[in-house]
Amino acid sequence: MTITEKILAAHCNRKEVSPGDLINAKVDLVLANDITAPIAITEFKKTGAKDVFDKGRIALIPDHFAPQKDIKSAEQCKALREFSREHDLSLYFEVGRMGIEHALLPEEGLVVPGDLIIGADSHTCTYGGLGAFATGVGSTDVASAMATGECWFKVPESMKFIYYGKLNKWVSGKDLILHTIGDIGVDGALYRAMEFEGETIQTLPMHGRLTMCNMAIEAGGKSGIIVPDKITEDYVKGRAKRPYKFYTTDKDARYVETREYDCSKIPPTVACPHLPSNTKPAAELFEITIDQVVIGSCTNGRIEDLREAAEVIRGRKVNPNVRMIVFPATQKVYKQAMKEGLFDIFIDAEAVVSTPTCGPCLGGHMGILAKGERAIATTNRNFVGRMGHPESEVYLSNPAIAAASAVLGRIATPEELK
Amino acid sequence: MIIKGKVWRFGDNIDTDAIIPARYLNTSDPKELAKHVMEDADKDFPAKAGKGDIIIAGSNFGCGSSREHAPIAIKAAGLQAVVAKSFARIFYRNAFNIGLPIFESEEASEKIREKDEIEIDGDKGIIKNLTRNEQYSAKPIPPFMQELISAGGLIEWTKRKLKAS
Ligand code: SF4
Repeated sequence: MTITEKILAAHCNRKEVSPGDLINAKVDLVLANDITAPIAITEFKKTGAKDVFDKGRIALIPDHFAPQKDIKSAEQCKALREFSREHDLSLYFEVGRMGIEHALLPEEGLVVPGDLIIGADSHTCTYGGLGAFATGVGSTDVASAMATGECWFKVPESMKFIYYGKLNKWVSGKDLILHTIGDIGVDGALYRAMEFEGETIQTLPMHGRLTMCNMAIEAGGKSGIIVPDKITEDYVKGRAKRPYKFYTTDKDARYVETREYDCSKIPPTVACPHLPSNTKPAAELFEITIDQVVIGSCTNGRIEDLREAAEVIRGRKVNPNVRMIVFPATQKVYKQAMKEGLFDIFIDAEAVVSTPTCGPCLGGHMGILAKGERAIATTNRNFVGRMGHPESEVYLSNPAIAAASAVLGRIATPEELK
Repeated sequence: MIIKGKVWRFGDNIDTDAIIPARYLNTSDPKELAKHVMEDADKDFPAKAGKGDIIIAGSNFGCGSSREHAPIAIKAAGLQAVVAKSFARIFYRNAFNIGLPIFESEEASEKIREKDEIEIDGDKGIIKNLTRNEQYSAKPIPPFMQELISAGGLIEWTKRKLKAS
C-alpha cells in the first residue's frame, strides 16, 4: 500500500484499502476559517448534535478577512468566537494569537505525521508535507465531522513524482511544484494523491515540503504527501502536541502514473495569468512590468521565505513604480523576523510589513489590485480577479524572484541585481 | 428526477473565484451570493440567467477554493443543475452535500450549444437535447452519493447517523 492508503486504512480500522473504496474514517483534526466556518456552524446546528465530537480537535481560525476588514467580516469572525466559547473549543485563535491556518497548525504542532485531517479550505493539503493525509472539504463536511468525528472519503489513486539532481541557485520547493503543475496541468492530478519523493525531496527542508504539498490542489490533487524522515522528525520533535506516527510506502505499492524530474534542469519558475499551470522560466518574462509585490501566504509566508526575500532586497530599494507588501504568516514568524532584523531590511527598502492575514492572496484586503494592475506574488493562485479587479493580473513565484522583481519593477531574477 | 431548462455555456477550468469572487465572501447569505454568480466569468450573467436555467461547462468545473459558497450561489440563483466534462473534487463533494444536482458527461459538454433546451433524467443518467433532437449519457452517480441525495443531503444523513448511534 502507499502511505496514503495506509493512513486511510488505519483511520477506518481496516487492514487494507484500495483506490475507489468508499470509507468512513475518523479524523484527527477538523479546521475551518472565517469564510467557511460560519456555514459549518449553521449546518452543525441542523444536525441536532448536542455537542462537538472533541473540544480539542476543532480548529477555528479567523485569518482570511481578519483582523476584521469590515462589518460583515466582523460578524463572520464573531460567529467563530461565539461558537468556540459556547462549545469550549481549545483551538480558537483570536487576532494576536492567530496566523494563516496552514502555517499556524504545523508550527504549533497541532497537525502531526500520520494524522488524517480535513479542513474547509482547499489548501488543507499542506500538511502532507509532514507525512499526514490532509485534504480540503466543504463547510457541510466540516459540520458533519464536528458532530461525528468522521468523514466519508473515496480512497484516491496515487501518482508518484520523483525529483532528482541538484537544485539550481534561487530554486526552491515553489519552483518544483510550479514546474510540476506546468507539466501536468491544473487537472493533471484530479482526485488523486500526489506523492513526492526522490533524492532532491530527501534533502528538501520542511518549509519547501509544505510549499509543495500546499499546491497539490492547484493540480486538482486530493492531497500531496511526502513520506516522513529525519527532516520531519527534527521539525515535529519538541512541537508536536499529540503522539505521531510515521507511515511509509511499501515497495510494491501501486501508482497510476509516475513522473520524474531532473531538478538541475528546473530554473526559477513563474506561473503567468490566469492559471497556476501557465508556467514559464522567470528569465523569459523580463519584459513584464509590475505594480505590486506580495510576499506571504500559506505557500511562502514562513520565516525561511522572508529570509530569502530579505537576502535579495537587503541594501536595495523597491522600484518607485512598485508597492511591496510583506505578510509574515503567523505571529511567531512575525516575531522571529523582527528579531532577525528582517523588518529593518524591508522597511529600509521601502516595503511595508503587515500583520499576519491572508489579505490580498484571495483579494480580501490589504493590497487589492485596481483594473489593469499587475502583481507578482508568492501565493498559490492567479485566477481571474484573484487579487482584485477582474482585469488585474497575478504572476506566481518564489520569494527571491518576487523580491528581485520589486527592485527592478519588472519580473527579474536576483542575478540581475548587481 | 427530471430537470428541464435552457443552457448557458462556459469553458474549461471555471474556478471558484469566477463562480463567486472572494470579494463577496464576507457574507454567506445565499441571496447576496446569488447576485454575483459567475460574475467573473461573464459579468452579465447574474442579470441574464434566469430561474430554471442549466450551466454546461468543460473540464474541471469548480476548481480552486473549497468554498461551498460556489454551489450555494448557483443554487440560490435558481439555476437547476450543472453539466460538465469533469468537476474539481471539492466542488463535486460540496454539490452533493448541499443538494445541487450535477452531471458528468463529455458528450453533452461538447455538443450542447448556448440557449439549447435540454432535459436531464437524473435517475437514468440521460440528457436529451430538445433543440437538436440528440441524446447523451451522463456518468452514473456512485451509490453512496445516491444515498446522500435520497437522505436529502449530508446534514440529513448525519442526523440519521447520530440518531442511530
Ligand atoms: S493565504 Fe491564501 S491560499 Fe492560503 S489560506 Fe489564506 S487565502 Fe487561502
